[in-house]
Amino acid sequence: MVVRAGIVRVFIGAVIVGAIVALGAVWYVRGPDPLAFTGGKSVALADYKDGDPTGVPTSMRQASLLERGRYLTEAADCGVCHTAPGGKEYAGGFAFKMPFGTMYSTNITPDKETGIGKYTDQEFLDAMHRGIRRDGARLYPAMPYTSYAYITDADALAIKAYLFSLASVRAVPPENTLMFPFNQRWAMAFWSLVFNRDTRFRPDPSQSLKWNRGAYLAEALAHCGECHTPRNIGFALNNREKFAGAPVGGWRAFNISPDKATGLGGWSDEDIASYLSLGHAPGHGTASGAMGEAVDHSFSKMTQADIEAMVAFVRSVPPSTTPDFALRSAPAPASHKDGVAANLLGKKIFEGACASCHGWTGESAVSPFATLTGSAAINDPSATNVAQIVIGGTRRLTPARALSMPSFGHVLSDDEIAAVSNYVTARFGAKGSSLTARDVANMRAQVSD
Amino acid sequence: MATTLTINGQERSFDAPPEMPLLWVLRDILGLTGTKFGCGMAQCGACTVHVDGKPVRSCVLPVGNLQSRTITTIEGIGATPVGAGVQKAWLDLEVVQCGYCQSGQIMSAAALLASTPDPDDSDIDAAMAGNICRCGTYVRIRAAIKQAAATQKS
Amino acid sequence: MTITAEVPEISRRRILGGALATGLVLAFHLPLGAARPPQTKDPAAGKFAPNAYIRIDESDQITLIMPQVEMGQGIYTGVATILAEELDADLTQVVLQHAPPEEKLYANPSFGIQATGGSTSVRAFWTPLRKAGAAARAMLIKAAADQWQVAPASCSAALGTVLHIESGRRLRYGELVDPASKLSAPSDIPLKDPKNFVLIGKPLKRLDTPDKVNGKVIYGIDAMMPGLKFATLAQCPVFGGKVADVEDHAAMQIPGVRQIVVLDDLVAVIADDTWTAKRGLEALKITWNEGKNANVSSKDIWDHLRAASEIEGVVAKSVGDVADALHLGETYEASYEMPFLAHATMEPLNCTVHVTPSFCNVWVGTQIIARAQSVAARAAGLPEDKVTIHQHLLGGGFGRRLEVDMIATAVRIGSKVDGPVKITWMREEDIQHDIYRPVYRDTISARLSGDKVIAFKYRVAGSSVIARWLPPAVQQGIDNDAVDSAADTPYDIPNFQVEYVRVEPPAVPTGFWRGVGPNNNVFAIESFMDELARKANKDPIAFRRDMLGKTPRIQHVLDLVAEKSNWGQPLPRRVGRGVSVQPTFNTSIATVVEAEVDSGGDVYIRQVTLAVDCGLAINPDTVVAQIEGGMIFGLTAALYGEITLEKGRVQQSNFHDYRVLRIDQIPKIDIHLVKSGEAPGGIGEASVIGGPPALRNAIYAATGVALRRLPIDRGLIAEKKSWL
Ligand code: FES
Ligand code: FES
Repeated sequence: MVVRAGIVRVFIGAVIVGAIVALGAVWYVRGPDPLAFTGGKSVALADYKDGDPTGVPTSMRQASLLERGRYLTEAADCGVCHTAPGGKEYAGGFAFKMPFGTMYSTNITPDKETGIGKYTDQEFLDAMHRGIRRDGARLYPAMPYTSYAYITDADALAIKAYLFSLASVRAVPPENTLMFPFNQRWAMAFWSLVFNRDTRFRPDPSQSLKWNRGAYLAEALAHCGECHTPRNIGFALNNREKFAGAPVGGWRAFNISPDKATGLGGWSDEDIASYLSLGHAPGHGTASGAMGEAVDHSFSKMTQADIEAMVAFVRSVPPSTTPDFALRSAPAPASHKDGVAANLLGKKIFEGACASCHGWTGESAVSPFATLTGSAAINDPSATNVAQIVIGGTRRLTPARALSMPSFGHVLSDDEIAAVSNYVTARFGAKGSSLTARDVANMRAQVSD
Repeated sequence: MATTLTINGQERSFDAPPEMPLLWVLRDILGLTGTKFGCGMAQCGACTVHVDGKPVRSCVLPVGNLQSRTITTIEGIGATPVGAGVQKAWLDLEVVQCGYCQSGQIMSAAALLASTPDPDDSDIDAAMAGNICRCGTYVRIRAAIKQAAATQKS
Repeated sequence: MTITAEVPEISRRRILGGALATGLVLAFHLPLGAARPPQTKDPAAGKFAPNAYIRIDESDQITLIMPQVEMGQGIYTGVATILAEELDADLTQVVLQHAPPEEKLYANPSFGIQATGGSTSVRAFWTPLRKAGAAARAMLIKAAADQWQVAPASCSAALGTVLHIESGRRLRYGELVDPASKLSAPSDIPLKDPKNFVLIGKPLKRLDTPDKVNGKVIYGIDAMMPGLKFATLAQCPVFGGKVADVEDHAAMQIPGVRQIVVLDDLVAVIADDTWTAKRGLEALKITWNEGKNANVSSKDIWDHLRAASEIEGVVAKSVGDVADALHLGETYEASYEMPFLAHATMEPLNCTVHVTPSFCNVWVGTQIIARAQSVAARAAGLPEDKVTIHQHLLGGGFGRRLEVDMIATAVRIGSKVDGPVKITWMREEDIQHDIYRPVYRDTISARLSGDKVIAFKYRVAGSSVIARWLPPAVQQGIDNDAVDSAADTPYDIPNFQVEYVRVEPPAVPTGFWRGVGPNNNVFAIESFMDELARKANKDPIAFRRDMLGKTPRIQHVLDLVAEKSNWGQPLPRRVGRGVSVQPTFNTSIATVVEAEVDSGGDVYIRQVTLAVDCGLAINPDTVVAQIEGGMIFGLTAALYGEITLEKGRVQQSNFHDYRVLRIDQIPKIDIHLVKSGEAPGGIGEASVIGGPPALRNAIYAATGVALRRLPIDRGLIAEKKSWL
């Protein structure tokens, strides 16, 4: 249902990149590396004296290889992309739907024929760090190997050990249906040459162990930037605007830099921690789409200490402002008559299908998870995520089946989805959206079902 | 986990996990079957009860969120003047057909009249559109709300 | 989970439940005036029981046995009114009881079995009930006359009392129970002259409603008894599929989950409450053997139906020579298609059972109680007399509860469970395992001569519900329901033929749906009439009127609706009026819908006007209520109703994707009842039928687009978008 990363852009970038090399502007485009913002010096892992920021949490250091591998596999969120809806876990076949074709994730169970059962340690590391398949072919950067490149060999091999402990599933994902030139895998070699730094994580000695742990988790494993950092002209991460938010596969990943007005600057540490581990922070909304899946399958499985380390790290990046985004966190008026006046169609849909849970004020009487007031999505004047949630619904698995919202995509027309999205952003957010039926049709086209 | 709630003016204690929706506590544990199950996803309104006087869909309301709140169900709404007025209007105008949705309709209507004693059509739409009636009694629901409002005023 | 509070509700029900378990006629007590205790004695003991419908005891309590089931249509009040009218009983003294399963006594004369459906209740029982009431009254009068030694003719009855006019002596019915029960029932008692009706035709208060506004009413889903467990189930998402494997470890870990019942085609979780059962079900990993339907999609079903509809069918009606008449000139042809529909009764499917080796108790609301008993007996492996069906009021029937699949399923599950268990279908399961209104395709060819239709050939292709449900009723390959309101069209057309092609959709079970066969036929014929009117360059009402000369009641309602709906008055752009007429269920209805289509193709129904001649209306207020509700039910289907399949699975699941009209979408519904002394016609089904074609015709008038398929495709009627 949800596209995992900005594949569309990555792809286009893959092709354009050859031209960029020729123009010699490559090194500017490539820009700083993800941790350059600290300005501090980095050191080899072995030279960092305050402890080991990599691996599993201290509390698990005695755990078996498989347990450690499982923790890291979940922290790296492998399962979400490598599992098709309703399919066997890790057996691949998840569809990345793009305007120029569909791409399917691979089977990473240890099946010898159809999975990764024949990978040697080195071959596995090459795939994780360099995007090179066992047969030498290039992986598309839908596989976030530019981030995974920071994972230590030991951790990558623990992940391998865990994957190899899973039941083998014989499953061949459908053939990719990419159009030329996107079906030219070799082109990815050039892209990698420019954009994959292929260096392991190097701690910053001027920062605490907690910060370095957070950096390792956020950059190497959780690969936050893949969605939340805007892309450059080569459609690789533009770390000059680290975590400033970006469009991703028909959704919008919000600004998670510490900007007061448009990022996480107004959130407490507890808010961010709660958002990561529960998918919800009181007054700040609830995770949906790809972020919701990341919470369900990855963040919610991590230790409190690791979550706090990531919070400390995310807090430290330079603030970036999202233009055209303002936050309103006061509830809407209690009466349906006050507030937004126009948009009768939007109101009609809201009063029938939505008001029961979300309330006329936007503060849910049912569950704080359904409160709209204060959430980024409702304040986003593009209404991207609002419309996507209306289309596809949303469901949090944590805590135990807290709440879900059904999908209205099959029954509401594009017109109606645009109307109700415009209505709720106007009523509950700082600035109403002005989606059209055409915008909604485009959004539908960008997500896989 | 033992929970105590005030339901229709009576303290009721029961054992249920905090995630369990109030609907099933009412129906299956406490035997208050007047509150109905229709969809389980806040789309039909059959399960509407009042929590501190506000209409809430009990099928999605975790009982753990409710410590020390006051619940009113269809079995108790007749004890309030507004509720009794709504029930009377419902009978006077013969609103009911199969009746299955009507507990929820009456709870929503009573909450509307408690907060908006003189509702116009758009108020009725805003308060009642979340309550589905498969028998299609909407025409009379609207009329009965207006009649209850008129009677309440005089 | 333990109950630590007093639970009077449950104990109150236990009294009733205990009484019911003895296998007596069950007393469903409706509070009429002062509350009375539920009846627990043998229904015939110490009573005057002149026939199957009436019991009178010494305390003057009159008990009327309801052969038909109440599902919102007001039939309890209707039946009670008819009986009380001829019996001259005081309606406020009456207690109602559901009839037990007893085909010999309570069979619906229309079907020969004990069933409520097809808008037959009043039509079929009108005369038998009146005769029953009149016979009982005659016996009571005779008993009194004998006691007074006067001629029965010199006595009269009113409000439960026999009066000797000259002497002013009176005896209450209760005082006559003993002597009256010694008399033999007379035959050929004259019925009342309708002029003298005191109850029939009056908007009397319904008897079933007081408990429906205070939460006291008990539907099947509310049945409670000590030791009750709660269950929910999953059937294979593909029709006909079987369980291959169930991994239940996680489910059994959930506190309160008691048992997992795995049958060949379904899995049920038994727990301390329904929510825990549902959680248990979600925690199961079920692998299905999906079987041969695993790849069926809506497209396959439509391909199959379209191909079949090209073949000649069995002729159900033929007048003149259609083939010949069609050859003589230009013909117009069109095909209309109707989708699968779910019933989505507000009360989801449910059934409570207690099955032991020696007896089987079933608590359910069913439209077909005798069949419920026999299917339960078969499923439990017990003789029928060991099965007790406790009938309940229905939270909506619409045809869904004419089926007994849920009862068989519940008994099969209950046979594996110790003690009573209530099985509730989650809404998703209810919608995805319905027995659906069939898909139909209707092909019409016609020829006009001037502005008259001179040849009309109509072929309906679709599933035969009757062939499955009541096989003997299919004669010569013709399903009367499938051609209802087509074969008996009110239009006077010289060359006219109706054919039926039976074609069963792959994979999908089909059944009755409120409005039944005429829903399809009236939609197709009335849509086509509008297209023909346009060809003939004639106003749709005038065009129809000319062909209705032989059916004056229909012509009259058409005239009336034209007058009341402002037919012909100018309307704004993209607003139109559409009309339909129907001869259904002995009730003549003309409907005008006024609707607006916005630029995005969304439809706003502004006003509905109906003229209705349903013969004598037993309770005119109930008739109006049925028309209002039926109209909304039909328009909901026209706008949104469609069940589709992909990979053998129904794609809709709950009210978010099986959409229904809400109160903020309801137009003004203006109903004009024609005063009539004719025998009562049906209304519960008839009221559903006319809205969809009238709406379709309004859209035709507003946009010029001739829709030929339901539900209305908003894409087809949106204004052209420049960006496309
Ligand atoms: S059952 Fe709660 S809203 Fe439908
Ligand atoms: S009265 Fe039957 S659903 Fe409302």
